[in-house]
Amino acid sequence: MATADAIVIGAGIIGAACAWQLAQQGLRVLLVDDQLPGATAAGMGHLVCMDDNPAELALSSYSLNLWRGVVDRMPDNCAWQGCGTLWIAEKPEEMAIAEVKKQRMAALGVNSEMLSSQQVAQLEPMLRGGLAGGLHVPGDGIIYAPNAARWLIEDAGEAVQRVYGEVVALEQQAVVLASGQRLSAPVITLACGLQADKLLPTPLLRAKKGQLAITDRYPHTVKHQLVELGYGASAHAAKGTSVAFNVQARPTGQLLIGSSRQFDTLDTAIDMPLLATMLKRATDFLPGLAKMSIIRCWAGFRAASADGLPLLGPHPAYPWLWLALGHEGLGVTTALGSAALIAAQIQQQRTAIDDTPYLAARMFATEESLL
Amino acid sequence: MKLISLTIAGLPCQVQEGITVAAALSASGQDHCRISVSQQPRAAFCGMGVCQECRVIIDGIQRLACQTLCQGGMKIERSGNK
Repeated sequence: MATADAIVIGAGIIGAACAWQLAQQGLRVLLVDDQLPGATAAGMGHLVCMDDNPAELALSSYSLNLWRGVVDRMPDNCAWQGCGTLWIAEKPEEMAIAEVKKQRMAALGVNSEMLSSQQVAQLEPMLRGGLAGGLHVPGDGIIYAPNAARWLIEDAGEAVQRVYGEVVALEQQAVVLASGQRLSAPVITLACGLQADKLLPTPLLRAKKGQLAITDRYPHTVKHQLVELGYGASAHAAKGTSVAFNVQARPTGQLLIGSSRQFDTLDTAIDMPLLATMLKRATDFLPGLAKMSIIRCWAGFRAASADGLPLLGPHPAYPWLWLALGHEGLGVTTALGSAALIAAQIQQQRTAIDDTPYLAARMFATEESLL
Repeated sequence: MKLISLTIAGLPCQVQEGITVAAALSASGQDHCRISVSQQPRAAFCGMGVCQECRVIIDGIQRLACQTLCQGGMKIERSGNK
C-alpha cells in the first residue's frame, strides 16, 4: 500500500494545482490520474477576472495574481499570452454594466479602462462597426490548460508522484483503484470534477455542456480575448440553453470560438442547431469569421455546483476528505487560488482571502435542514 | 482526356480535368499542402475531408485540397508559411 502525506484525485488543472501547492508546502503527494480527458482538456483556457458576485471576483482576482507569479516560468507549450480581455458593449445601455464591472474590479485592485466605440474599433478592427464601446482588462490572458496542468506537476518535482488509475472507492484516509491497488494518506483531496459524484455518497455536481469551434490559422486578425458583456448572465444561468460571444486568438493564429451552455446531457456529440446559434452570435460581432474555415468542433462538460461557486474545503462528514470541485467554466482562472485555499486549510493556516463563501459544508447544511 | 491549366505556388501547370487539388499537388512532384505550426510539411492524409491536413489556399480562400476539384485558372497556394 503506497502512502504519502496527501493524495490528490484528478490530474486536471485543479488537481495539478492542488498537488503543486501542497508540494510547495513540503508535503509528499500522490496524484491519481485516470488519464481521461475532462473539463481541462475541453475548455478555452482563459485567465479572466470574473465579477458576477463578490466571492467569484475575490477568488478569480486572487488566483490571477498567483498565476502572474508563475506564467513567466511556464514553457512555451503552455501558450501563455497576456492578451487582456475586451468586454464588448453591443448597445449603449451596456456601457453602464461595463462601468459597474470596472468599479467592482477596481475595489480589489484589478485595473481596467472604459473604451469608446471608436477605441474598440481601433483596437480590434475585425469587430463590426457600431458597437457601443467596451471595457479593457489588461491583466487577463490565456493559457493552454492541458499543458499548464502537466507543467505544474513537473514543476513540483519529486514531491508529487503520479499514479495512473481510476479511483473506484474512497475509504477512511485511503483510496482504492480499479486495479485493486490501495493508496493511503492522512488527507485526500477530491479534484476530479464530475467524476467525483461517483465517489461521494451524495452527488454534488451537475454537468453543463459546452461546445467550442476553432478555425484554421488566420494570424493577426484578433489581438485580445473578446467577450460580450452579456456573457456573465449566460455563463451563470442555472437552467436553460444559451450561447454567448467569446473569441480568443490562440498563439497559432487560430481563433477559438465559444461558447454555449446546456444542462442535463452527457452526450459528447455536437448539437448542430446550437453550434449554428453560437456561430451566428460570433459572426454578429466578427462578420469576417463567416469567411474563415473551422477545422474542429468539440464538446465538454463543466462541473457546476448548485450555487455556481466552487466547493473548497473539508467534507463535513469526513474530516480527512477535502473537496476541490464545481469550478464550472472558471477552473483554469481559479485553479491556483483554489489550491492555495485548500492547502492553507489542510495545513491549518490562515487563508489569504476569506474562504467562507466556498466552503463545501454549505451544500450539506442545506440538505440536513431539509430532513 | 481534357487538360486544364492552373498554377500551383505560382508555377503554371496542366492537369487532367476532374482530378482533385490534392491529386494535382501530388502530380506536381511535391505533394505537401501546408507547413504545420511545428514547421512540419503536411500532405493529404484521409482523403475524405475529415482530417483537415490538406488545407491549401485556392484563389485566396482556405479550402481542403482533397475536397476541391481542379478548375481552369485556379491559383493554388500552399498554406501555413505566413
